[in-house]
Amino acid sequence: MTLPHAEKPNLPVLSVRNLSIRFGVSKPVLQEVFFDIHHGETLALVGESGSGKTLSCRAIIQLLPKAAEVVSGQVIYRGGDAECDLLKLAGKPLRRLRGGCVSMIFQEPMRSLSPLHTIGNQVGEMLALHSELSKPARRQKVLETLARVGLSDAERAYKSYPFEMSGGMRQRAMIAMAIITEPEILIADEPTTALDVTTQATVLGLLKDLQKETGMAIVLVTHDLGVVANMADKIAVMESGQIVESGPIAPVLSAPKHSYTRKLIAAAPVIPEAVACKPEAAEPDYILTMRNVCKSFSLRASKPWQKATTITAMKEINLAVTRGKTLAVVGESGSGKTTCGRIALGAMQPDEGGEVHYCPRSGEMVELQHLDKRQRCAFQQKAQMVFQDPYSTLNPRMRVREALFEPMEIHKIGTPAEREARACEILGWVGLKPDMLDRYPHAFSGGQRQRLSIARALMMKPEFLVCDEPTSALDVSVQEQVLALLRDLQARLGLSYLFISHDLAVVASIADSVAVMRAGVIVEQGPVDQLFRNPLHPYTKALIAAHPEPDVHRPMDLNAVAKGAGSAAGWPEEFRLTEGKLPPLVTAEGSHLVRRFG
Amino acid sequence: MRLLGYAAYKLLSMLVTLLVVSVLVFTIINLPPGDYLSNQIMELQATGQQAGIAKAEFLRAEYSLDQPLWRQYLIWVGFAPGPNGFYGLLQGNFGWSFEFDQPVADIVGETLWLTVLVNVAAILFVYVVALPLGVLAAARARSWVDYSTALVGYLGLATPNFLLALVLFYYGHKYLDLPIGGLMAPEFVGEAMSFEKLRSILLHLIIPTFVVGTAGAASMMQRLRANMLDELSKPYVETALAKGMRERKMLMKYPLRVSLNPFIADIGTLLPAMISGSVLVSVVLGLQTIGPALLTALKTQDQFLAAFILMFVALLTLIGTLISDMLLAMLDPRIRIGGPRK
Repeated sequence: MTLPHAEKPNLPVLSVRNLSIRFGVSKPVLQEVFFDIHHGETLALVGESGSGKTLSCRAIIQLLPKAAEVVSGQVIYRGGDAECDLLKLAGKPLRRLRGGCVSMIFQEPMRSLSPLHTIGNQVGEMLALHSELSKPARRQKVLETLARVGLSDAERAYKSYPFEMSGGMRQRAMIAMAIITEPEILIADEPTTALDVTTQATVLGLLKDLQKETGMAIVLVTHDLGVVANMADKIAVMESGQIVESGPIAPVLSAPKHSYTRKLIAAAPVIPEAVACKPEAAEPDYILTMRNVCKSFSLRASKPWQKATTITAMKEINLAVTRGKTLAVVGESGSGKTTCGRIALGAMQPDEGGEVHYCPRSGEMVELQHLDKRQRCAFQQKAQMVFQDPYSTLNPRMRVREALFEPMEIHKIGTPAEREARACEILGWVGLKPDMLDRYPHAFSGGQRQRLSIARALMMKPEFLVCDEPTSALDVSVQEQVLALLRDLQARLGLSYLFISHDLAVVASIADSVAVMRAGVIVEQGPVDQLFRNPLHPYTKALIAAHPEPDVHRPMDLNAVAKGAGSAAGWPEEFRLTEGKLPPLVTAEGSHLVRRFG
Repeated sequence: MRLLGYAAYKLLSMLVTLLVVSVLVFTIINLPPGDYLSNQIMELQATGQQAGIAKAEFLRAEYSLDQPLWRQYLIWVGFAPGPNGFYGLLQGNFGWSFEFDQPVADIVGETLWLTVLVNVAAILFVYVVALPLGVLAAARARSWVDYSTALVGYLGLATPNFLLALVLFYYGHKYLDLPIGGLMAPEFVGEAMSFEKLRSILLHLIIPTFVVGTAGAASMMQRLRANMLDELSKPYVETALAKGMRERKMLMKYPLRVSLNPFIADIGTLLPAMISGSVLVSVVLGLQTIGPALLTALKTQDQFLAAFILMFVALLTLIGTLISDMLLAMLDPRIRIGGPRK
């Protein structure tokens, strides 16, 4: 069902009034939520997880959890000449509204598409439900829409299954599905949170273009103020189920009135214009050096008579972590940065010829590529890992006490009393209380869990930590706290970090030097101040340009993103990575290296 | 095309498996010391029956029991020439049953097909009952529909099959005039197939199908319910609802498709489980299936009969697995195209 986009500049197409929702008999989780949205406008609902932003937008199409109960409120929709309260719809009118007038895009494009049906089938289903088109006409329209959202080979995308596509392509398909019926309102629930920063930039650009063409209204749910600044016309900030501040985007972001808004803005990661120059030690003392490290995996063929294929995850990696400093490895998913971290921990062997040396504070240097059992045991005590997802890396059936004691038990260190004392001390360091030892992980918030992961890594008195995206599963405000904790621990204990991330803003706030990886090779590396002041490689430029800043006057530069983040074969001649012939890493200035010819 | 290649590959691996199974079966049956004939010859010698001994000696030579074991195996399968040239399983000679004093083919002949009939009927029963009930129980989880199907399911699981068989026989006969025992009325045994005979078989099939199928249906239903509940919490269900789909159609198109995988994968294991599980029931109900014959053959070391029946069950299992593999490949692109299984 498509309604004519009537010109009614004065009346909002959607008004949410006094919406309150509760679960069971408890206190309402949404209290008197209100917002308006006009044609062609983007409203951003901003807040931390649990603030009720997702619940408010799902209430519009009555897609609430079963236990949720609408206590009061109205959702007035003005389509055509009619005006109705969407909360009162049921049965057929509700189904015509869903998808026909109001479409939705979800956060995880993989899990939000059925794995067993082709993209063409799933997108075409919208037309089957909401239009009278014949089958060939539907196919034609689906192909047109797939092309319109930037899937260059629409025929192929039509026949593909979601698992055959990359995350960005899946989210494009999801967008195609949402806009194919030309809805008046598009609800986008964290549409880019699961995507790489460069993919995020292009998907946001696409949404903006589509809005210009069709004049639809967008409700954008996000926790990222950078995304808001680049996309929205209006903003509504939510805290614990209430809207604490709302209004046009520029005044709210530049002069926030509510303390919570100010807190959110302060926490939003920013790529600084200039990073303070940190003096380099005259004679660098490296704790970890990787020399000429390559890693390839062989994929077993699906048929026994076919040859196994080899995939190169890393090529010619040379890295060094200075003692007491942080080296960040930055790149998109699939760039080889996680493999790099695993090799640095000795959890994976580099290919023949690569060398990984580790120099502990006291004692001899060890070669990680051939450790014997005793060396490995000693090394494991000195090098630990902090993982990305604090929700799945803590065993839900182990108390904090057991989780913290386990590494010491494995290495047979200390008596129970000593372990207890150590655990209490470390919990204090990471900002938790010793009386939390007997709790289970589910009793902790995401940020607290990440503190627990860090505490667990510290139990063995390590000197070297590999942090694999330690903040990317966290809310922005919590993210800043965890980074501050990591900096604090580094200063207090003299730890050295290998910090793996896809987010340049996070890296800017913690790293001393940075290596940017793409397609398994380092394309640019250097001290953090030089890299941000003078990025040379188009991919580094794209990463910086793609980072959404929480400032309406600094919009993303989509051109730079498109230039650098596209396929590596599309880079300017001097940077191009071709099979068998890599450009060399050349010195640009001091220890600032870039991979290019000439 | 890709599917055809996959099928050929599966068929090839199935043949190899069958070969390995035949070696295993033959070895295991011959593990206990002695064989049927030497036992018999000793007995005859003790009682001095020369005629019997001559016959037994003849059979011993005829079926190469005087040869070394590996040769016996080759002759049995038909890879090596016996006294009558190449004449083994591959050539359609199933061997001789010493216990029943008849060719194996004559003993198992009809019962073979009746066994397949009973078990295929039971499997169909399992699927026809479990599919709608499992889906219903999941879609209306924690409602009276869910609880009552669960109750019926647990009853089905907990009741011993033979007990259920006896109870059903009694009431079925008393109120519905269903026939008792056997798989056909006595006058049709050994007769050629006719319309009347078919009708009699179908009537007799009702209770065995129900008895053999209940336990399978109950566990299958619970499994489908659990799978469906998992799938119902996935985000793609929300996507489908947000598109404006009807709930019932959405259930059929998306979560059911995904939760069918384990359902189909079970076909392969269901067949042998039912055949071995239905031995007791067949004895109680007096069904002319292969089960009771297998029991006797194993007890008396009647090696050719036992080996043939075991091979037959193995073949059924492999066919079941082949069917489920092919169905899975057709149904799930992740298996067909070989994508990640997440």
